[in-house]
Order: sequence, then C-alpha cells, then structure tokens
Amino acid sequence: MMEYHDIIIIGGGPAGLAAAISAREAGAEDILILERDERPGGILNQCIHNGFGLHTFKEELTGPEYAERFITRAKELNIPIKLKTIAADISPEREVTYVNSEEGAVTVKAGAVILAMGCRERPRGALGLPGFRPAGVFTAGTAQRLMNIEGFAVGKEVVILGSGDIGLIMARRMTLEGAKVKVVAELMPYSGGLKRNIVQCLEDYGIPLKLSHTVTCIHGKERVTGVTISEVGADRRPIPGTEEYYSCDTLLLSCGLLPENELSKSAGVVLSRVTGGPEVTDSLETTVPGVFAAGNVLHVHDLVDFVSEEAARAGRKAAEYVKGGSTPEKFVEIKTAGGVRYTVPQRISPDTMDDKITLRFRVGDILKNKTLAVYFDGEPVRRVKKRIMAPGEMEELVLTKASFAEHPDVKEILVCAED
Amino acid sequence: MTQYDVVVIGAGVTGSAIARELARYKLKTLVLEKEEDVCSGTSKANSGIVHGGFDAKEGTMMARMNVRGAELIRKLHKTLDFTYRENGSMVLAFSEADLPGLEELKRRGEANGVTDLSILTGDEARKLEPALSDEVAGALLSPSAGIVCPFSMTIAFAENAADNGVEFSFLNAVKNIEKTGDGYKIEAEKGDIYTKTVVNAAGLYSDKINDMVSSRHFTIVPRRGEYVLMDREVGDLVSHTIFQLPTRLGKGVLVTPTAHGNLLVGPNAQDIDDKENTETTAEGIEDIKRRALLSVPTVPYNKTITGFAGLRAHEEHHDFILGEAEDAELFFNAAAIESPGLTSAPAIGEYMAGIIAGRLGAEKKESFIETRKGVPQVAKLSPKERAELIAKRPEYGTIVCRCESVSEGEILDAINRTLGAKSLDGIKRRVRQGMGRCQAGFCTPRAVELLARELGIAPEEVTKNRPGSELLIKEAE
Amino acid sequence: MEIRELTCIRCPMGCQLTVTIDGENVSVSGNTCPRGEDYGKNEVINPIRTVTSSIRVEGGSLKLVSVKTKGDIPKGKIFEVMEAIRSATVTAPVHTGDVLISNAAGTGIDVVATKTVEKR
Repeated sequence: MMEYHDIIIIGGGPAGLAAAISAREAGAEDILILERDERPGGILNQCIHNGFGLHTFKEELTGPEYAERFITRAKELNIPIKLKTIAADISPEREVTYVNSEEGAVTVKAGAVILAMGCRERPRGALGLPGFRPAGVFTAGTAQRLMNIEGFAVGKEVVILGSGDIGLIMARRMTLEGAKVKVVAELMPYSGGLKRNIVQCLEDYGIPLKLSHTVTCIHGKERVTGVTISEVGADRRPIPGTEEYYSCDTLLLSCGLLPENELSKSAGVVLSRVTGGPEVTDSLETTVPGVFAAGNVLHVHDLVDFVSEEAARAGRKAAEYVKGGSTPEKFVEIKTAGGVRYTVPQRISPDTMDDKITLRFRVGDILKNKTLAVYFDGEPVRRVKKRIMAPGEMEELVLTKASFAEHPDVKEILVCAED
Repeated sequence: MTQYDVVVIGAGVTGSAIARELARYKLKTLVLEKEEDVCSGTSKANSGIVHGGFDAKEGTMMARMNVRGAELIRKLHKTLDFTYRENGSMVLAFSEADLPGLEELKRRGEANGVTDLSILTGDEARKLEPALSDEVAGALLSPSAGIVCPFSMTIAFAENAADNGVEFSFLNAVKNIEKTGDGYKIEAEKGDIYTKTVVNAAGLYSDKINDMVSSRHFTIVPRRGEYVLMDREVGDLVSHTIFQLPTRLGKGVLVTPTAHGNLLVGPNAQDIDDKENTETTAEGIEDIKRRALLSVPTVPYNKTITGFAGLRAHEEHHDFILGEAEDAELFFNAAAIESPGLTSAPAIGEYMAGIIAGRLGAEKKESFIETRKGVPQVAKLSPKERAELIAKRPEYGTIVCRCESVSEGEILDAINRTLGAKSLDGIKRRVRQGMGRCQAGFCTPRAVELLARELGIAPEEVTKNRPGSELLIKEAE
Repeated sequence: MEIRELTCIRCPMGCQLTVTIDGENVSVSGNTCPRGEDYGKNEVINPIRTVTSSIRVEGGSLKLVSVKTKGDIPKGKIFEVMEAIRSATVTAPVHTGDVLISNAAGTGIDVVATKTVEKR
C-alpha cells in the first residue's frame, strides 16, 4: 500500500515554506515538504544581504533572517520536512518518488502537489561564450554559495557579465571582501537588476556598468587570465573594433534565471513558452489537476515577499482542493500585448476566484509614460499610468471579482501597455 | 632503478587501449601521461561515433582498424561496461548530382568488408528520420554504426589495464628519449625511466616523440573542431547519426544523439599551429550551427548547454602510422590517429600489442581479468535495486548532481576506484556529475568538498583539470 | 546651488529624485512618499548604509555566520567596519540577533548575527 499525504511540497525554500504554512493554516493536516539541501530556506541561506521582507514584515531583513521567520513558523506548526531528499519523479496521478540516503527510493501518493523547486542560473555554455574553458568562470549564485556558505574566496580580479541582481550583489560582496571588480557588462541596453542594487552595489563602489556590451572571448587555458569585452549593436551582435581586454582571474555570470521544471514536465504540466514555468490559474493550479506551483518555479521574481504571497495562495488553494474542491470548468484566458510579455496567472475562473487577484508580469523593454490597461472583450476595465516600466522590475495589476460581475460573459482578457 | 618492458606514452584512448591489450602478456608496462588524468586530449573532445567503416580508403590501416574496431566495441562495451549504443548512421546527399557519391561510399565500404550498407531515397530517409530536411535527395544507411561515450570507453580500457598490473604515471610529460644499449632511456618530468620498448601514442605530440628517436619525421597538424551540445530533453530529435556527404564545399557537419542522449552538432575543421588551442570561436560555432541546419532544419539551439572544441592529430598522408619505426628498433608508433581513431582504438590496441609481444617474445598471462565493472548508475536502476544499493551504502541515496541524478556514492566511487578522479573534470568524465543542463552550477561546491576530503588536500588545491586550474583562491593571511 | 540626481532605494519603486542643495536648504522632488524625501536629504548630507557580511565560526555546523550592522552606518565607514568583521571569529553556538561585534569601528552600531549556527 502506497503511503499517502494530503499535500506534498517539492522544495523547502521560501515558496515551499510559505505554501506549507498557509496550507496548514487553511486546515490541511497531512503535509510533507521535500528539500534537497541540508537545511530549509533555499537560496535565502546564501543571500546574506538585506532588502528582504519590506512588504511581508514591514522591516528590512537579510535572507537568512527572512527564511528563519518562515522556518520557525513551520516548526511551530509541526510541518514535517525531509532534508537531503530529492524528488526524482512526479506522475500525472500525483505519485511522487523521492530519494534519500535513509529510505532509498520511495514513491508516495499525494492529494495535491505544490511545485516549489525555484530556478537555476543560465550557465556559460547556454550563453555560447567563445574562448577557452578554464577554471574561474562561475555563475554568480555558485560563487555566492562558495563564499557565503562554504567560506571560500573565488577570485581577486573580477569581471561580471550580466547585470542580474545576484551579479550586482556579488559585485559588492566581492569588493567588500577585498577583490577588485573591474566592470559589469550587460548585453541589453538596460540592466536586468533592481535599481537599488545598481545604486548600492555598483555606484557606491565606482564599478562601471557597461550596457550593450558582452564577453566575446574568455582567455586562459587553466585559470581565467582575462576576457575580451565588445560593444554590441541593436541586433545584440558584437561590433568589430570595439574589443577591450580586461585582465582578471574570475568571470561571474549573472545572465538570467530559468525556472527549474524537469519535475513539472514529468508530471505532464504544460509550461509557458514565455516564462518557462507552468501555466496556472488564479488558484495557482497547473494544467494537471491537483498540481499547484508557486515562486520562481513559476516565473522568476525580484522580491521574495511576492514569492511568499504567491506561495501562500497556492498553499491555501491546495488545502481547499484536498478538502474536496475540484478544478473549475470555466476559465477566461489572459492575453497580453503592447510590451507586456506574459501574466501569472494565465487564466482566471470568474466563478471561483478570490475577491482580488494580483496579476504579475514583466514588460519586454523599457517603457516610459505608458498606461497599463486591462480589456474585457475589448472594453476597458482598468487603466494605471506608469512613469517607467523596465524588464528588470516585475509589474502588477489587480483584478477584482466585481469587474467580472459586471462582465458575466467575458471571453477574453487583454493586458497591455499603451500610450 | 626500475626497468620496464614497455612504456606507452599517452593515456588517451589509443594508449589506454594498447595498455589494456599489453596487459594480457607477461610484460612490465608503464603508461606515461602529461595531464592529471586519462582521456585528457583528443580523446575527450570528439564526436563519439563508432563509424560504419565506409569512409576510409580501402587498403589503408584506417580502413582495417575501423572495421575491426567497430566489431570489437560491439562486444567490449559489455565486458568492460562502457556506454555504447548501436544507433546507425546516415550520410545525406542534397542533390541528384551527389547520389553517385553515396554509391561510391557504399562501394568503398563493401571493399572494406562492411556488408550492411544500403542507399535510401530522400523519402525513405525522412521516413526513418522525420526531422531531416526536405532537401535530402538520398542517404547511405549504415545500420551497425554506433555512438560511444569516449570518456567511459577510455577510462574502461585504462582501469582494466591497471587492474591487470599496468602502471600509470600522470603529470609526467616526456622531455627526451635516448637510445641505450638494450632499449631506451626516457627523460620525463618526474625523472628518468628505462625501458626495452617505447610505444608512441602521444596524439597531437606524437610527431615530437617520434622525432626524438627516429629520423623518419612526420608532422602532426592540430585540426580543431568545434561542437555544440544540447540538452537531453532534445536528444531524440534524430536517432541516427546524420552525416553530410563530403562535397567540394567541405566535409560537412554531423547531427547526432550522444551515447548519453544529448544532441550534438559539429565539428568544423580548422588547421592551427598551437597544439593546446582548444578555444571556441563565435564564427566557428555559428558556422557549424548554420551548416547543421541543412540536414536538420529544426535543431533547437536554444537548448544548448555547452560548446567545446577538440583537436584532431592530422597528418598529411591521412592514414594511421602503426608499427615499429624503420630506423629505431623497438620504438613503436601509434601516431596520426584522427577520425576514425576512437572507433579504431581497440583494434589498434590488439594490433600493436600483438606486434610488441611478438618482438619481445612475451607469453600470455593466465590470470588476465577480462571484465571490468563501471561505477553503478544508481538513477538508472530499478527502484528495488536502487533501494538495495542505498541500504548497503547510504551515499548512493544522496543526490549531488540534480541534472544528471548523480549520487554522492557515485562521486566517491569515481574518486576512490582504480585510477580514480583527481580533478573535477575527472569526476565529470567518470560519472557525469556537472555534465547536465546547469553545467555544475549547483553541485560544484559539494564536489569540491568531496574531492578535497577524499584526496586529503585543501579545497583551495582542488583543480578543474591540470595544475593551475584551481577553482578557489587562497585567502591572504 | 547644487542639483543631484539620485535613485531612491528605500523601496523597490526606485523613484528618480532630484535633490537641490542651496546652502542649508535641501529640497527633494520626484519622490512618491515621505521616505523618498528622507532618503534624498540623507544621501547628500549624511549617506548611510547597512553592511552585511559573514564571520568565521569555530566549531559550528557551518563555517560562517552571516551578519549585518544592526543599523545603518556612515557610508565612509564601510571599509573600516568590514575590517572589524574580517578580523573577527566567533565560537558556536551563535543565534540570530546575537551581538558579535559591539560598536563596530566606533560607529556606535553593533554587528549582529543574522543566522543561527549550532555547535557541530
């Protein structure tokens, strides 16, 4: 007889913990979290900088402090968590196979599954950076772990490719630890990171940010000895003659995060081509009934606060599902246009939705003085003026149940940025 | 002073295969390698193809070794437990005018003793491989061609050789060789070595080694080939290895699944001067990507996980140089080994060991261990087998590399077995840790820790491969 | 009169501030909340930062404990505070909130643990 749990949560990081806590608070008794690391908290354990929790706790916390609040709460609620345990497979019937050293490979059945695996970094190979393949090329997060958890130094003279937040944070971290960060090169004409990180991590330390630049050669056979950086044109291809050589022993890559969805695929979940994460309803339910998703596995967030909020909703909805809820039948699809790349959720059930649903999304380019608009079958429902929107900062719009009450037969929702 | 019967220079696939075959004889054998591990030069970066045997010109050593090598690999992958799959290959022609070229290859293959070749129409080819381009006008099908993991094959040969008493010495480059009264004195990085015979399997450097002893000089030109490797997720885009018929426009690039299920595209061919230059170039990578699309227009380059370059040891006569040097007694060359060198390796091993043993009058051992077992691939076992293994050794239940499902136990095995890994690349080549889509981003810290602990060195001393490739920096005190 | 363009970092909004310094008078525009005005003024008169780093732990389940300055310190003192952090070591157990360095580099601000590290 296969062991059963009401809710199995894959991942004990910020999303998994928040989902577990809210599921328990919504009445789900039998919850199990599977976490691959030795301790819960996920990536927050290595994010020792501050800036977390302003929305959730109205104070500024470091990553470990933010995690600790959720870990403490999960402990108070006696939510079991299996550490050093990796989920190897999830079937569409919600059978989860996990592996650890104590139990071996075990398959358990879940009433509901919450996917909370987070994301991973785009590696050098996926970027197609030419040159040698020496030691000293790290993704920013790997370097962060080596420094902040393992206590190692990874380099003395550093070039960073990509202005994602982890790269910016690491620029400051390495500078404070005595390394010389020579330059941050960004392929796009705008930064992929949060403004405050550009100010506090680069400008404070006089580290130049070169927009529309990329690494065109990695030098050094054994260890990195330098990199060539070139300017790129509007087509993002290097412009010959703009090459500049930087000597360095380390190249950090902060070139984007990818939702980690190998398990989602094994469960048969449909993934969005834009986000790389599952397509979900306003209940954070994927296309497979009873399988929910939240956090960076869904789409990459800037702020953990929003991960927690989203995951709490997934936890609550999963608890409702196992108590006899069913997947609604009627959904309205959300389409996007005018620079809005996608929304999460991708579809809403007007009959079962909460009073308010926050749509979160990103724009595809820097947009100035635009209006975010929502149309129900071509009729404007909501308009919000935005002074500036950037791909590096997640945007949001709230839809209310009241709007749907006024448009009972809405077939299609459009979210767009317009003049 | 230790006196060897045979010193093999080079622990690539050729040297390792020769060593393994020499191990059958009552001979004291040493393999010298300039790098920190086996399979560190040409053997580590190539297409991983077991060629059907129709490429090489009839009558050449290449043709003979190719056909025999492929035959041996079909058995050896079981006895030596390395990763091999008989997926078949196709050579594509893109116009009616090129069809005679396919006929010519078929004829050549048959002259080489390959009996299962057939010619397909474009439609027949597309029926077998739906992803092929509409432009394909015909194809030569070689059903018994295969794909092999070059690392696991080389490591298997070397480990089995070591298990049978062959010694290996790493980071021990040969600087000079001198003839002595009854053999040779090798001046190597770590000191002088005396031996009756020398086998030159030095790959790109086999010209330099030859020239130390023989006046019949030859020149090895490093011919660089660049590749793009894609995620296993798209590894089934094609099932056969897809070649292009060499034309006036060039040799063509291949699209193939790898033995581990990734999708591989490449290589180009660029003759360079530097025997160490494994740089990839933006132009080169773009060129192979573009040319591969002629065969398969839908290659999903957005699923690329890495790009790399390998160097082939090209010699102008384009045939293997195998055997005793004419003017240097008991000095044997296994040189100019380029494609199909990987396929040919076991045959070269058999052939060379036979000659050497004959010249030395060596007898066969009775105690030769024929088989070798690799590190268990825990994630590929049935749940029951997996549970049993984990119960015996809990480390098999701790997954370190998520992408390739590699456990701590497998990594410890890779480090601690015969000729174990001494670097992160060594672990990667043995058990695929870090070979997946995140390219070791997640598992590097743990692998560093395990390697340092098992080797009894500081984490700062852990290297990616050869000395100088340390990952971490020692903090100034 | 001096005008400085700043990006407010008090919250993720990142408002673009224009700070006008006219003798003793400092005025801020472009902010969307009072914290922005506060930030703009402070940033030109007395810029301050929270410093986060880590300190070596002896005998702990982790090699490092993450730390932060309990409050903001003057921006000019960052490297002095880092020196104090780099030269410190502590012994496990350490709990979140424990003061590990008091009055770091004479700033009057303590450095506290932001993580709990139990004894090994």
